[in-house]
Amino acid sequence: MAFLKRLPSVLTTLFGISVFVFVVLRVIPGDTITSSLGIETGVLTPEQIESLRKYYGIDQPLIGQYLSWMSSFLSGDLGFSYSTGAPVWDLTKSALLVTMQLALFGTLLGVLIGISIGMFSARKPGSARDFLGQFFGLLALAIPGFVLSTTIVTVMANKFQYFPNGYEYMTPFEDLSMNLQQMLFPSLVLGIAVAAPIMRTTRSALLETVDKDFIRTAYGKGVKPRVVRLKHVLRNSLIPIVTMTGIQFGYLLGGAVIVEKIFALPGMGRQILDAINKREYATVQSSIMVFAILFVTINLITDWVYRKVDPRIK
Amino acid sequence: MSNLLEIKNLSVVISDDKRVLVNDVSFELKAGEAVGVVGESGSGKTLSALSILGLLARGLRIDSGEINFQGKDLLKLSTEEMREIRGNQIAMIYQDPMTALNPVMKIGDQLMEVLDSHEHEIADRKAHILNGLAAVGIADPDRAFDSYPHEFSGGMRQRVMIAMSLLLSPQLLIADEPTTALDVTIQRQILALVARERKRRQMSMLWITHDLGVVANLVDRVIVMYAGRVVEVGTVEEMFKAPKHPYTAGLLASLPAVGNNREKLASIPGVPPKPWQVINNCAFAPRCSSAKDICFSHRPELKNNQTGSVACFFPLGGAS
Repeated sequence: MAFLKRLPSVLTTLFGISVFVFVVLRVIPGDTITSSLGIETGVLTPEQIESLRKYYGIDQPLIGQYLSWMSSFLSGDLGFSYSTGAPVWDLTKSALLVTMQLALFGTLLGVLIGISIGMFSARKPGSARDFLGQFFGLLALAIPGFVLSTTIVTVMANKFQYFPNGYEYMTPFEDLSMNLQQMLFPSLVLGIAVAAPIMRTTRSALLETVDKDFIRTAYGKGVKPRVVRLKHVLRNSLIPIVTMTGIQFGYLLGGAVIVEKIFALPGMGRQILDAINKREYATVQSSIMVFAILFVTINLITDWVYRKVDPRIK
Repeated sequence: MSNLLEIKNLSVVISDDKRVLVNDVSFELKAGEAVGVVGESGSGKTLSALSILGLLARGLRIDSGEINFQGKDLLKLSTEEMREIRGNQIAMIYQDPMTALNPVMKIGDQLMEVLDSHEHEIADRKAHILNGLAAVGIADPDRAFDSYPHEFSGGMRQRVMIAMSLLLSPQLLIADEPTTALDVTIQRQILALVARERKRRQMSMLWITHDLGVVANLVDRVIVMYAGRVVEVGTVEEMFKAPKHPYTAGLLASLPAVGNNREKLASIPGVPPKPWQVINNCAFAPRCSSAKDICFSHRPELKNNQTGSVACFFPLGGAS
């Protein structure tokens, strides 16, 4: 019911993204031909270029290109990769698994670390522990993911000779233990980045809730302080925390690009990045659409969680 | 009768700058007695009540004094000992039922928490709660048990709060203006309900109110507070018949009387002092028609008389 109400805005959003991606890809200089042939393109005769453009379908007017891409995308055909000839859907399937696992683990770690430190900080605002918690928050916010990633890679590989990502990537179905080891550090990097805003949201939400009348009621009933903190204060602070987590999950999908590159994980981020470099229009467009659909789905899930968290939201 | 509760020289201050909000307040409550604490906003009546339960807001603290409950000084108890008393031996009904209940927790669960937090011999907890809800006039206790607070009106929520406070039959019930936030018609019902339950359970009660008229029929004695201090203590009859403190007299005169057709209600001129003002004389002197020089230079102590006590150099009715 609530989902149906959101449907028009969801579809509008997805349409907007599809147009945006399509246009941006064509606005950046170069096309499939120049990126695959490089400076050799200059040697081609105009006739050769024309026939190549025809071959790739980029001789059509933009509207025509867009419509033909959309109609095949909607019928489930995501197109082919020019460089490997593989169907984009096949590439996306395995890449999506990697990225989803990474984003999920990252979010989980982020929520765990963020809420814990937020609660730790909010216990005594203005105290040394609050300062410590907030310091972590700022630090995590300030360190770019690539710095943390490269530091971890360098230290672990050089000092401890431990670098599971140096081996071929294993899906959880092939080798679970190897997969988890390969996921550990990238998830941690993403988790720390996500933990910072979640920690700050948690802290301020908790501090706001603590002064509410019903918290006094809970203490007045003789409820144990630990139970008041978890069942009353934290529970009532969840709405902003859920919102922040939803936003951060979206951020993770994007942040994964860099982390996947550094940790050599064959995920969506890497797939899109490589595809952009090769101007593989079909791969980029379709992959980003898959991302967008995922992002919108996350938003819908967030809305659903709201209703679970706060019975007043109808 | 022995004293159930004795408050001695209680002072509440703002932690940061030690501004005094409740100043040297003493009073006692006998077992089974109902006492009204009356005063304007900011007179310190609510803070005194919250001090008893140790529920002062962040930033406030008890600076000095004793709160003896059944012979034990509550201020000397550990956090855990105090927790065991709250909701069990001393319970409280709060001013605003719209915000006093947890909005994301079912009413049944919120009541269950009281039973979960204390030791008792109630075997069927849910049945006990349903009985409690029915006793305060909730028509469909089963449905209420599974409802959230926002599905209830203010009056109904206050009934839930009352049921919650009575679950473990506390010896002392503190009601902090429980009807202020409610419609007038609902006010009467709630007052009658609390009065009935108090009688039935032989409970001691502390009524906090700014309206002398509200508590007149419900309490045995009245404590009048002004600017953080007790200014008069006496029985209800005595206070209505012959108030000693000019402030009490002013409060009484400002009550609307049934069948009184005067167009304008009497009011006390001026405003009460702000909590941050340090006052070394009679705090009421600037608003008092019978104030003399001494009222502006010295502070009157609370002195006992035949029927109660009063803090005034020139108490009404002469006798001091």
